[in-house]
Amino acid sequence: MAQKKSLFQEFTKGIVKENPVLCLMLGTCPTLAVTTSATNAIGMGVAATAVLVCSNAVISLLRKVIPDKVRIPAYITIIAGFVTIVQMLVKAFAPAINDSLGIFLPLIVVNCIILGRAEMYASKNPVVPSILDGLGMGIGFTAALLCMGIIREVFGSGTLFGFEVLPIQILIFILPPGGFFVYGLLIALANKLNTKAGNKVVENPCQGCPMSKTCKSANIQECAVQNTEKEVATDVG
Amino acid sequence: MLVKSLISVFLAAILTENYVLSKFLGICPFLGVSKKLNTAVGMSVAVTFVMVLATAVTYPIYTYLLVPNDLAYLQTIVFILIIAGLVQLVEIVLKKYIPSLYESLGVYLPLITTNCAILGVTMLVLQKVDTTTAFTYTYGHALINAFGAGVGFLVAMVMFAGVRTRLESADIPKSLKGLPITLISASLVALSFLGFSGFVDKLVPLA
Repeated sequence: MAQKKSLFQEFTKGIVKENPVLCLMLGTCPTLAVTTSATNAIGMGVAATAVLVCSNAVISLLRKVIPDKVRIPAYITIIAGFVTIVQMLVKAFAPAINDSLGIFLPLIVVNCIILGRAEMYASKNPVVPSILDGLGMGIGFTAALLCMGIIREVFGSGTLFGFEVLPIQILIFILPPGGFFVYGLLIALANKLNTKAGNKVVENPCQGCPMSKTCKSANIQECAVQNTEKEVATDVG
Repeated sequence: MLVKSLISVFLAAILTENYVLSKFLGICPFLGVSKKLNTAVGMSVAVTFVMVLATAVTYPIYTYLLVPNDLAYLQTIVFILIIAGLVQLVEIVLKKYIPSLYESLGVYLPLITTNCAILGVTMLVLQKVDTTTAFTYTYGHALINAFGAGVGFLVAMVMFAGVRTRLESADIPKSLKGLPITLISASLVALSFLGFSGFVDKLVPLA
């Protein structure tokens, strides 16, 4: 399947067609939490992209070495290593971003986009396509975050990247309810555009989740998609 | 004083600093497993259990092992591995000794390793120890906070499961069907929790 697609397609699919945030419903926590300003959104997006590209590359290199049974703990360890490096770099060179992202910087380690791409793509494909896949997904993530960040910052604090653009401030947009609301509307928009373009629309948040194969509660919810390619061992960690 | 501060930490974790609705931790299970009431409760109980257990283990390891040896930068990697190991251990122990409990909670355990609420709680609790304010967290505060976070998760899940059963029969515009309307109703639930802000400080003043 992977060979038929060109490398360029591997790169662009994450940005529009399979956007991790708006179409695959991955990485919802940081999407809601750090998008109170456009600057934060970019900071989070870049940090996650860096981790995603590095972990995709390493996991793809090690895909034949890691035993299938312990692959998820192995992936988590690799990802956690890169997250620690990124955390140190951000602390050293962009302390302001570090302060505003707070706990969500180390939490990149449990961001389902990264584990999801490791499980669904990097573990089955060669290094170069894996890196491009990571880069595309990362850019898609950043773009979606930026979209939310801009909307919430412009309406919530009346500024854009810190410059004043609106005379009024609708405080609710930068509070938690505003996050859910803007995210809901953006998904509605993405669904509408996707239906028009004839792409399939994701209805259940479990669908893109990397754990849906191993997760037995996903079956209860009838949201495990047809993951019949491979029976997977149930031990996770 | 101690009891008072414990109560305040517990209430704050449930109401004003609800992990799902105001800190955005654990959104995936909040959206994914909240369709039916019984699965929502099962998931929350499993999360609460692992949260308290993980905090009970990571707190001493961080304070007495990582910090004295200047290894605090390893926090992320050590914590995620501890949580992954603990979840596996809990699964094995439950399966062997309390099969009835395993039947009801076991299905949620694999999901919990990558639940950001668990890692989030263990880290946030330690951040409150680091601050140089007059009031810092003891081990007891940390455990109560973790338990409160779990109960807060339960409250949010149960409330939201109720809202979602009502949504099933509602007439919703086509574009908003499915996830968008779920998120918008989550927004309204979060809005109602905003009403609690300042409530705990007034109820149990710390000073």
